[in-house]
Amino acid sequence: MKSVMGGNALRIRAIAIVCLAGLLAACGTSGDSSSGTNTASAPGITATTITIGSTQPLTGRAAPGYSEISPSSNAYFNYVNDHGGINGRKITYYYYDDGYNPTNTASLTRKLILEDKVFAMFSALGTPTHLAVVDYINSQKVPDLFVSSGCNCWNDVSNHPYTFGWQPDYTIEGKILGQYIQKSLGGKKVGYFYQNDEFGTDGVKGLDAQLGASSVPDASRQNYVPTNTNVGPQIAALKASGAEVVVSFSIPAFTALALLGAAKLGYHPIWVVSNVGSDVTTLTGLLKNFSKGAVGGALLGGMVTDAYLPLTGDSANPWISLFKGIHDKYVSNLPWDGNVLYGMAQAYTFVQAMKAAGRNPTRASFVKALETTKLSGGPGLAPLGFSSSNHLGFLGVQIYTIAADGTQTTTGPVYTSSDSGPISQYSGSASTPPANGIP
Amino acid sequence: MVAVQSRLDRLVRPTFGRHLLFALAAAVVLLLLSSQIGAYDDYNLTAVAIFAVAAAGLNLLTGLNGQLSLGHGALMAIGAYTASLLLKDHHQFPVIVVLLAAVLSTGVIGIGFGYAAARLRGPYLAGATLTLAVAIPQVATRYKSIFGGESGLTVAPSSPPDWLGADFPPERWLAWIAFAAAIVTMVLLANLLRGAPGRAFKAVRDNEAAAALAGINVARTQVLAFVVSAACAGLAGALLAYWTGVTAPAGFTLALSLQLITAIVIGGLGSLAGAVWGSLVLVFVPLLTSGMASRLSLPSSVADNLPLAIYGGILVIAMLVAPHGIQGALRRILAYGRARWGHTPAGGQKGVVDWDDPAPDT
Repeated sequence: MKSVMGGNALRIRAIAIVCLAGLLAACGTSGDSSSGTNTASAPGITATTITIGSTQPLTGRAAPGYSEISPSSNAYFNYVNDHGGINGRKITYYYYDDGYNPTNTASLTRKLILEDKVFAMFSALGTPTHLAVVDYINSQKVPDLFVSSGCNCWNDVSNHPYTFGWQPDYTIEGKILGQYIQKSLGGKKVGYFYQNDEFGTDGVKGLDAQLGASSVPDASRQNYVPTNTNVGPQIAALKASGAEVVVSFSIPAFTALALLGAAKLGYHPIWVVSNVGSDVTTLTGLLKNFSKGAVGGALLGGMVTDAYLPLTGDSANPWISLFKGIHDKYVSNLPWDGNVLYGMAQAYTFVQAMKAAGRNPTRASFVKALETTKLSGGPGLAPLGFSSSNHLGFLGVQIYTIAADGTQTTTGPVYTSSDSGPISQYSGSASTPPANGIP
Repeated sequence: MVAVQSRLDRLVRPTFGRHLLFALAAAVVLLLLSSQIGAYDDYNLTAVAIFAVAAAGLNLLTGLNGQLSLGHGALMAIGAYTASLLLKDHHQFPVIVVLLAAVLSTGVIGIGFGYAAARLRGPYLAGATLTLAVAIPQVATRYKSIFGGESGLTVAPSSPPDWLGADFPPERWLAWIAFAAAIVTMVLLANLLRGAPGRAFKAVRDNEAAAALAGINVARTQVLAFVVSAACAGLAGALLAYWTGVTAPAGFTLALSLQLITAIVIGGLGSLAGAVWGSLVLVFVPLLTSGMASRLSLPSSVADNLPLAIYGGILVIAMLVAPHGIQGALRRILAYGRARWGHTPAGGQKGVVDWDDPAPDT
């Protein structure tokens, strides 16, 4: 009996030594990352492919506009694949429709991780939807990159070490929008219209921090839930409160509903709309659609919003001409708008991160590389803030205005901030794209 | 030989014994199956079991008692929120306690709503249950501090017990819980339906006046059906909370209630097996089509909507081919086979198939 146990212990020790040797060998190869041969270094990475996945609202109430993001990312990946891929590996991108329903997100995320065996989650969209799976993804130790939502909940390094945000968080955005209102629209009565979840409340948090919570009375704080498309009562309440400036933290469909509701009541405040709800092309389409052609983009005249990427109409910007060229070649069936730019810029950051992680990354070494490498913001106006203590992406925005003909004009410099820190002017200059458009 | 036959009969004849044997066989098959397949298949089979519990409850109400409910998604939400509130702030309760609490809370609400429902007929009942489906998710957004608003409440997974080993996949553990819940539910429902309450359900469905004349308390029967049905929905909701990992209003829209109705119509109205068939369709057909948008090179306006269109198409074809649902079609094939080649079914005539037999009952 004793000798049998001794034999087992010996065997376990032998296996342990072999494993350790294997581990050391693996360390040796990953250290020598820039050259050498491709190996299947992690789930989802083979010698010739990298597989990543996403959940997106391709149908349903969040689909208008947002359904363009993942095909656009895919277009950029196809462009990279056609130019040799990343270290010779082609990117395969699976994106599934969750219809903005967390139950579907839960099931499809497991499909991606357990069945499709993706290396990483990429650009999964939505605050309530992604909150449903963020614990699961981290328990599986799968990199969870660039969540398409500005909730500051993605910046939680101790609980969710594998999750990274990308766009500026809504609190920072609210603060910088608030600063603009103080400086340029000072003395006017302000009202809020916001989505009743982290998206809206985080934005209001930033606005309140800047404007002072007491300066906006309760009657001027109106919210909506995305399941109820009747926003008439809220708009009427804003009108009754006498708000001359309405800050709207809303998804595109509800920005359009709010604008139409206000127009119906003959109410014409200055609209200040957060980035995610202000894309001109998407809003024009929605306004035409909802009003059965009665009104169009003219209703957007005078709107104030913000951006962390160059304006889609700025054809002199080298990033815009790069991405517009890829759009025309790969996804010309989509309108050229902010959502397409968003998807491509996110894909660009992913390729940057993948290159930074070396030739044969593991999931852990990839996350480490993202935390320790200083990535250029690429097309971004503000720098990326990734570090071992911060998983937030872009740190700031620039204000711009929209004219009645849809022309967008930037106003003032780029500002950066954090959830609790002060706002400061960003003095760095924008980077230029590499010659072939691949980092 | 004859002695063996009669002993077998004695064991199998009593309804409860037969149901128990059947449940045991199902448990063994599911246990073996779940250990052979991967974690992701376990996860999907869990969904089938969850929807089967809810659909079986709805089938009892709609198929057997004739009360149409468009609000079962909301009853699932009540079960799910009960479970999520119990597990809020990392409270640890055994799974069985959480599930029973959900059954209880939904059952109690079912009593209240059942009394209202018993006074309503046809479209008015459908309308009243519809308000439930529309209103309940709004309660969660209105009382945000309790129910977590649009982002909902996260639910910690139930981790497998230590004796199963450290590497035991949590998906398989959840599958076992769901299978156990589904089997217990099915046995209890099958017994209920075989007994006096089941006969009362059908009598009330077929002719209320006749049922009342026969001494059946119509209102009480309808309330009982509603409560049992609600309790099943509550159980399914609590399991769904574990399965999804989050309970949010967006997961309990009217679409969920309509999906459950789809499941019982496709599976077979009024039959417990039909609820299982319908749940299989509900879970696996959308999975087959979900990857299409990113794998086919179609314009995204087409590709995005293709899975929904295919799902709709399959439902239309299924209704054309098998108007009595999958279970109805299976029964017909079986009946045809018996009539053609086998022995005469009890009460039937050899070689004759009653094609117009209404949807079978159990």
